[in-house]
Amino acid sequence: MDRREFIRRSVGGSIVAGSAFALGDYGRLLAATPSPKPNAYDLVAVKGGEPDDMFDSAIEALGGIGAFVKKGQKVLVKPNIGWDVTPERGGNTHPKLVSRLVQHCLNAGAKEVYVFDHTCDNWIKTYKNSGVEKAAKDAGAKVVSGESESYYHEVDLPKGKRLTKAKVHELLLSADVFINAPILKHHSSSRVTIGLKNSMGMVWDRGYWHRNDLHQCIADFGTYRKPDLTVVDAYYVMKQNGPRGVSLSDVLTMKSQIVATDPVAADAAAAKIYGVEPRDIPHIAYAEQMGLGKTALETLNIKRIKL
Amino acid sequence: MKFEHLKFVRVGVSLLFFVLTAIIFLDFSNLVPPAFAGGVLYLQFVPSMLKFVTLLSIGVAGFLVVLVLTILFGRIYCSTICPLGTFQDIIGFISRRVRKKKIYRVTPPHNLLRYSLLGATAVALLLGNGLLLNLLDPFSNFGRFCTNLFRPVLLGVNNAGAWLTETAGLYWLYRVDVKNIGMEALVFPLLMLTLVGWLAYRRGRLYCNTVCPVGALLSLISRYSLVRIAIDEGDCKGCGLCEKVCKSECIDRKLKTVDFDRCVGCFNCFDVCPRDGMTFLTPWNRGKFTVRPLPSARRPAVKRTDQVQVPADERRRQIIFGPLLALAAWQGVPQREKKQIVSTKASTVPELRTSAVSPPGSRSVEHFTSTCTACHLCVSACPTRVLAPALLQYGVFGILQPTLEYRSGFCNYDCVICGEVCPTGAILPLPLEEKKLVQLGIAKFVKENCIVETEGTDCGACSEHCPTKAVNMVPYKGKLVIPEMKPDYCIGCGACEHACPTKPYKAIYVDGNPVHKPARKPEAKQIDQKVDYKEDFPF
Repeated sequence: MDRREFIRRSVGGSIVAGSAFALGDYGRLLAATPSPKPNAYDLVAVKGGEPDDMFDSAIEALGGIGAFVKKGQKVLVKPNIGWDVTPERGGNTHPKLVSRLVQHCLNAGAKEVYVFDHTCDNWIKTYKNSGVEKAAKDAGAKVVSGESESYYHEVDLPKGKRLTKAKVHELLLSADVFINAPILKHHSSSRVTIGLKNSMGMVWDRGYWHRNDLHQCIADFGTYRKPDLTVVDAYYVMKQNGPRGVSLSDVLTMKSQIVATDPVAADAAAAKIYGVEPRDIPHIAYAEQMGLGKTALETLNIKRIKL
Repeated sequence: MKFEHLKFVRVGVSLLFFVLTAIIFLDFSNLVPPAFAGGVLYLQFVPSMLKFVTLLSIGVAGFLVVLVLTILFGRIYCSTICPLGTFQDIIGFISRRVRKKKIYRVTPPHNLLRYSLLGATAVALLLGNGLLLNLLDPFSNFGRFCTNLFRPVLLGVNNAGAWLTETAGLYWLYRVDVKNIGMEALVFPLLMLTLVGWLAYRRGRLYCNTVCPVGALLSLISRYSLVRIAIDEGDCKGCGLCEKVCKSECIDRKLKTVDFDRCVGCFNCFDVCPRDGMTFLTPWNRGKFTVRPLPSARRPAVKRTDQVQVPADERRRQIIFGPLLALAAWQGVPQREKKQIVSTKASTVPELRTSAVSPPGSRSVEHFTSTCTACHLCVSACPTRVLAPALLQYGVFGILQPTLEYRSGFCNYDCVICGEVCPTGAILPLPLEEKKLVQLGIAKFVKENCIVETEGTDCGACSEHCPTKAVNMVPYKGKLVIPEMKPDYCIGCGACEHACPTKPYKAIYVDGNPVHKPARKPEAKQIDQKVDYKEDFPF
């Protein structure tokens, strides 16, 4: 590795935890400096690597996490930790990805990185068995419960059609940066679940969504706060019996990842990887109609990486 | 002979049992390993006896140890192992400090009442009705105090602590909502706490010597104990200190007698006796002491002027509170959910449940209800809070016995903790893989209530949560999908019912299997798709 390569990789944030220490403030300084964007990509798609390595490549192509996370900021990383299953079952965001995301944020000088989900199965078990709690904590994040109604506060959604009010977890209200880190998988309710659907894990009363046109409510909630970055984990992809899955045979190892600032585009690309037309998924189509982003991938500047 | 150190040892042992038992019941994070809990609770009399009857294994025969201890030394169980006993001692300790003037005085025993209650409890139990035992068993009562009353208080303290530390950006603690304890379930524990607490405050161990069936049974046995506490007339100067500290009110300073079958073995009398007046009488040392026999009918001399009479209404209260409780609890089904604005149409078809759902490992509702003493340890240990005290789901006689209450949660697919902690054998331990194939009940789908049918929008919350996909979504009108049941694969965990958003009636609900059945193993159909990592992206 020559010097130029070294600096480039530091800026890209492709640093393992150990060398991050060695670099110290120098690395952070570089990471926090607005990087010139020679090819400002709208979306990065990666395949063929491990979840953490794929994220390193993707974020590097987007100019490093420093383009999204500034020094001293409070960051919320919202993975899917909904189910009491192990990582290979593809029910939850891969712990390696969560870990690397947290490391990048902290390297960029984030004051605090928080991780939580309002889980479906018992939260203590999902946090533990998904491997996400340990991975996030080891990387330096604060892992918080989403299991008490007292964490949720009511907000208005003036642009919502069916969902006009929701009780939202206080971390989403207080975070400076919101990174949505869903997993791509089959879903019996919403057909597929990606980023827009993953945001459902930040509200208290999900029954209301189910009673009042689930797809519209998912799109409505997207109007509340656009994620600064969406990182779709498509390493283990559950193709049937989602979102919980019944056995390992539901899972296809696709080793892919989508990173984008446009939440609708991220979902559209992930849907394509899954094998469905984005506009056939009602909540993605509604979100586009409501102006939350684009599904027309051909109009976007996409960086494609194969590792 | 001096035995003043005995009280010290007794206090230490009793506090150890008390604190450990309380921790086991109050542990809301499943920090205590079930095996440890099993060890601590091994000697609890009623749970151990029931488990022994269920399993016929000497490995669970802690109650035999207690019987042997009693035949040797009297009712020391009551002052060491029994958590309700120590609970009363703590109240008594406070009482003695608050009401400085009052001291214990010898009183006549209430033999008719206590042996009647013991007899009624035993007969009912032999006839297969455990209600009386459940309501009176000291261990189970203590468990209910902890789970239903003390635990919510502890959670309140925890939540306040969590809130405080969170404002400082620290997330060491987490907030916990009280979900599975309905207000109705609090009525009986509250009544009992009031009764036991008040008796202990005023009269020491009166509960143990009038109401408690374990106390009464051990009383009977202690009549034949080898080693007995007695007053040695040769050394006794009649100062009466022993009577003043006797919380069983069984020492008569004037007659110099100890009514040993009411003695709970606290050794307070040894502690205070300035001489060697208190002694242990054995078949081998009788000749050495001068000990007066108890007057006939085992009563201290009646009609003594300084004698405290038991108020008649006190006895009456004990007999009346049972039916009162049933009345108080008769308020219908639990309504634990908060009121919410329903934007969609209300569901119209009521759920038709033919049987309550008993926990996995209980084999059948009959085995469960006949063996469970409603100590609520499973209610406390259940991580998803699906186990909740029943009101009338099991019928009047099954009141307070835990049932799966799907409004508060659902049974976690990968969890068997209730069977691991159950001290009575009402819920037997199940290996995880076996538990996943036990059908506690079957989910019934009510299409008329389903959102997909009534609103014409996607829902699928039930299928989403189903761990076996016994509820699957199949094509319906247009692009909609609607739930379809494959009952053979259903294990009755109630994830579907818990998640179903319809109100007031669920579109899918679990009807219990009175006898648990085997469920079919979920199918594992392989995905027929190859992935080529070199292939181009589909966009």
